Amino acid sequence: MTKIAIENPLEAYAVRLGDDALVLGHRLSEWSSNAPFLEEDLALSNVALDFLGRARMFYSYAGELRKDGTTEDHYAYQRDCREYTNLLIYELPRGDFAFTMARQFMLDVFNLAFLARLQKSTDSSLAAIAGKAVKESTYHLRRSSDWIMRLGGGTEESLRRLQDAVDELWGFTPEMFTMDELESDLLAEGVAVDRTALHDSWDSQVRSTLEAAGVTIPDASWQVDGGRRGLHTEHLGHLLSELQFVQRAYPGLEW
Amino acid sequence: MSEDNMHLYEVFIRSKRGLDHKHVGSLHAEDPEQALEYARDVYTRRSEGVSIWVVNSSHIFASQEDDNESFYDPMDDKPYRHATHYQLPDAVNNM
Repeated sequence: MTKIAIENPLEAYAVRLGDDALVLGHRLSEWSSNAPFLEEDLALSNVALDFLGRARMFYSYAGELRKDGTTEDHYAYQRDCREYTNLLIYELPRGDFAFTMARQFMLDVFNLAFLARLQKSTDSSLAAIAGKAVKESTYHLRRSSDWIMRLGGGTEESLRRLQDAVDELWGFTPEMFTMDELESDLLAEGVAVDRTALHDSWDSQVRSTLEAAGVTIPDASWQVDGGRRGLHTEHLGHLLSELQFVQRAYPGLEW
Repeated sequence: MSEDNMHLYEVFIRSKRGLDHKHVGSLHAEDPEQALEYARDVYTRRSEGVSIWVVNSSHIFASQEDDNESFYDPMDDKPYRHATHYQLPDAVNNM
């Protein structure tokens, strides 16, 4: 694989946001033809496509910044695990339906607040992408919070699965609110979003919905990060091997 | 979610052009709120509409095939109920 050296911080930032979207879009697409019933299958696929579209917008913008003909496909298909910079929570396997929905709910609450702020970015392209995506996330959150209540108020089994999912996910959530130097510098320029500042309202909203659904919020006894530095769980490599299979087998192949 | 809790809903969509909601199909959902969301995801993916109604299918009371003779046949011999039955005087140009 030819490496794409990313030196421009703005490009790196757009790629980070693209990575988040692409990896989650792929995870959601794994439900296509596997969802519990037809209507949900289509609904999940729609959400997957929203994230895929979001990834394309961020990657395309990143490519434009290079002015060397780099396209969205280069970022998606020609980088290996260590060059992917998505937050870890996005790459975790889809798990059961409760896990997928619990993660989606946590990320929808996060993304809605994040995109609302990114709309005010001094970078007009990022702001425009956010303006488009924020409408999608509003609908995503409506769906996922609805499902949290249904699973919580459903059967003993659905509540147990939801609780297990939240326990498993909780340690991955602090990373969503951890800034590094690159993002802090871009924040100072008014380009990036201060993710740390999103924590408190996220925490209270997620807690109140989960508790209303009968979930016990776990103790924050552990946490992991590393995604923004390219340090991933073992799951991302498998995801990429599927996502990039055709380009790895037939480099440069086009439709 | 147990499928026993699922109900059948009929979906009606008002497109941008039309003024009335048109029946477009049906789907399964647990309650009207969920039916509305699924209607959005299943039937408006290509911008087909600007308004959605969902109706629990069991709330539709429909005429039966057996009713046809008594319902519709009596109208066959009443042509005077159609405007075209009447010959207009020449003075009436626009009708």
